[in-house]
Amino acid sequence: MSKVKVVNKQTGAVLKATPKDGGWGHPAIYFIALCIIAVCLAPVLYIIVNGFRDNSQMTLNPSGWPNPWVPGNYGAVVTGRIGMFWRQAWNSTYIALITVVLVIVLGVMTSFVLARYKFKMRGAIYLLFASGLMFPLSVAITPLYIMMIKTHLAGSALSVILPQVAFGLPQTIIILTPFLAAIPMEIEEAAFVDGCSRLGFFFRMVVPLSMPGVITVAILNFVGSWNSYMLPLYMLTDESQYTLPLGVQMFSSAHSQETAQILAFTSLAMIPALIFFSLFEKKIVGGLTGAVKG
Amino acid sequence: MSETSSAATAAPEVELDWSIESEGGSVVLPPSAYVRPRRNHVRRNLEIIILAGPAILLFLMFVIAPVIVALYYSFYKWKGFGPTNADNFVGLDNYKWTLTNPEFWGAVGHNGIIMVLSLVMQGPLAILVALLLNQKMRGRSLIRVLIFVPYVISEAIVGIGMFLMLQDEGALNKLLGLHVGWLSNPKVAMWTLMFILTWKYLGFAIILMLAGLQGIPEELSEAAAVDGATFWQIQWHIMLPLLKPTIKVWGFLSIIGAMQLFDLVYVIWGQYIATTAGVSTMAWFMAANGRLSGQLGRGSAIAIIVFILSLVVAMIYQRWVLNRDTEGALTEKEED
Repeated sequence: MSKVKVVNKQTGAVLKATPKDGGWGHPAIYFIALCIIAVCLAPVLYIIVNGFRDNSQMTLNPSGWPNPWVPGNYGAVVTGRIGMFWRQAWNSTYIALITVVLVIVLGVMTSFVLARYKFKMRGAIYLLFASGLMFPLSVAITPLYIMMIKTHLAGSALSVILPQVAFGLPQTIIILTPFLAAIPMEIEEAAFVDGCSRLGFFFRMVVPLSMPGVITVAILNFVGSWNSYMLPLYMLTDESQYTLPLGVQMFSSAHSQETAQILAFTSLAMIPALIFFSLFEKKIVGGLTGAVKG
Repeated sequence: MSETSSAATAAPEVELDWSIESEGGSVVLPPSAYVRPRRNHVRRNLEIIILAGPAILLFLMFVIAPVIVALYYSFYKWKGFGPTNADNFVGLDNYKWTLTNPEFWGAVGHNGIIMVLSLVMQGPLAILVALLLNQKMRGRSLIRVLIFVPYVISEAIVGIGMFLMLQDEGALNKLLGLHVGWLSNPKVAMWTLMFILTWKYLGFAIILMLAGLQGIPEELSEAAAVDGATFWQIQWHIMLPLLKPTIKVWGFLSIIGAMQLFDLVYVIWGQYIATTAGVSTMAWFMAANGRLSGQLGRGSAIAIIVFILSLVVAMIYQRWVLNRDTEGALTEKEED
């Protein structure tokens, strides 16, 4: 592909301009990458593979390979004989979806104001949300629980969703504001020439154009909600309301002897996040690049 | 520049900056130019309120207000029901109980150790790996996906898996033929926790560093290579200094994460044994002695103390480490 020749004017040295992803690179890099990947994946594979063993195999040799492979544990979880996998998967799903929708709608609206309006309080509002990164959820969680008891929301999905949205806003706004600010002024002017109102411009131009950023924060918030543990632990009290991480953990402490079943339940619980992530990996990394660069 | 003199009479200093300011006066604009009419301020403010209001309200209610609520309840002995009144007002007792509790200070110490070790262990490793992965190679995006896997899995699920693997009679000991109390031995447990944390969050650090590296123009390292710099010289003298803002942002995120570490400790070590194993953290201490033992007043007092400690650490970091170049990275859009 690259026919460009870069020549140092002083030395006359020719630089081989290979595109970054083109060549094979040094073998040592592959070796190091392979080692890291092995360490990263080993525990995950342990969980998945050991879900195919039964308890006697586990007791006899905790570090062995399944022999024979026993699909029964997975079967029991999927068919609902043990735990409440589908119920809790559904809870995780709709809590995550509502969280994402609310965070995105509120986040885009606020970022739009911060990126495209000039007004006095703009800096203060941005600072308010930026400071939100310094308010850890673990600090707010006890009073949040008190607030939820007082409003009789404790135990409902809303008691998880609302704080999640509020705590998701700072990151969302910090990532989205630069995206919206980057939409060229000319597009806005052109829209006004065509008789678009400011809000019309928002819906017809800003929302579609900010999609890459929106997808990134949507994924980050989805995975965050899907994996969140402390908030459901505080707020939810009924097994049928648990989200998956809480459900799996409660199951594992209630049936601590059923190691194989715990592992099967655990691996089923992590698969959705893994699939979701592998589908959208590029967007996440792209979004992080944007966030780091500002 | 020769045309300026002839054009000056027709349109002095026409700038192609069609901002609102250029509306008034006798500025002659190109025929197709559109000047936005000065919009009604009331309407504009209304738009701002409608668009930003809900988010601000929600944020104040669920992020800021809890600190005030915690402050209020921290003065009461309150268990989650009934009124708060003179009968259960205990003044500073909850604070006294916490601040004189050696277990609390133990937890604070553990948070400090975790904070420092996370920076020292994950930082250099992540930078090194990112520098290597930034080279030309095949399958880079697959590698990126795979090293990110631990970060995507829920802490609760990681905790269960690690707990089962690392038990005294668990897979790791059997595999290595050892009898190490990875989780129960107080001398080992902190390092086990650090290993798990590194495993879990290294991928995130690497991706962040890679993102930072990809923002550095390739021409710089190519120019240095032409001038005869070796690979490591390029990394050390060019890439690393330019990566500084990213490293600082990562450091901030890592410190905040270390200060509020809860899930993994709670899932692996449970409600009771984290202290004896030497891995209790402030958030764990707060949950164990607050919500999970029904002492919400006490939990609120601990929350306030943790909040102040976190704020002090965050402010020290902001003041001493996050200087101007990072401010640019975080709030670049503020200026334009």
